[in-house]
Amino acid sequence: MWYYEKKLQYPVKVSSCNPRLAKYLIEQYGGADGELAAALRYLNQRYTIPDKVIGLLTDIGTEEFAHLEMIATMVYKLTKDATPEMMKEAGLAPHYANHDKALFYHNAAGVPWTATYIQAKGDPIADLYEDIAAEEKARATYQWIINLSDDPDLNDGLKYLREREVVHSQRFREAVEILKEERDKQIYF
Amino acid sequence: MNKTMPPEFYQLLEEIQAVDFVLVELTLYLDTHPDDYEAIQQFNHYAKQSKTLKKQYEKSYGPLKQYGASYSTYPWSWDDTPWPWQV
Repeated sequence: MWYYEKKLQYPVKVSSCNPRLAKYLIEQYGGADGELAAALRYLNQRYTIPDKVIGLLTDIGTEEFAHLEMIATMVYKLTKDATPEMMKEAGLAPHYANHDKALFYHNAAGVPWTATYIQAKGDPIADLYEDIAAEEKARATYQWIINLSDDPDLNDGLKYLREREVVHSQRFREAVEILKEERDKQIYF
Repeated sequence: MNKTMPPEFYQLLEEIQAVDFVLVELTLYLDTHPDDYEAIQQFNHYAKQSKTLKKQYEKSYGPLKQYGASYSTYPWSWDDTPWPWQV
């Protein structure tokens, strides 16, 4: 089971109300390489992965939910004081028409989240390579959003999240090596 | 909705976030380096520090966890703001 802890993993600040940045940022909420996809991908794969890497998938999957909450906080803070006129100017009129300022799991272009964003092949190497690729794509997405953002407070949080993708990718690469070692042991003994 | 908290609240919260970050990072590291004795010593050291800080936090600002992982105040204060996105 899971316990919720009433705190963010890392402080989230934004300099000003900026619905346009929220529009870009929602990519990491409900996009293909976003935090929801990441959490669901790892926590789903762990049931059939070899025992040696179940702990890692559980822990990274859990951390992704903490990141999802940070992204939600950023989007909430960037839009909470926005007028309908500001939402419209930011290209968020279609979102506002459907959801007011509620968050929704869709990407920056408004396409709703779908399970086709994640894979579960049952082959441990295939699954872990998928996870490494997902982390690298998420890292790149954070970089593109940082490049679009002129909010130094927001960028502080985004840089933290970008670095977490690097660490996760590294840990998944180590998991691949652990599984290769295990596989080779079985051949020779 | 967004109530202002005293400066000590933010300071203590950030201290907890820093210590818990060390623990997240060490957890993932130990998942792939289970025999690193020094890292496990660090892990247990910071686990203790995290518990101490959270006890102090909960005394002033209410429970961080529920389902019994934190003790309750009277009356029940789990619903009290600020929630993390309101901080």
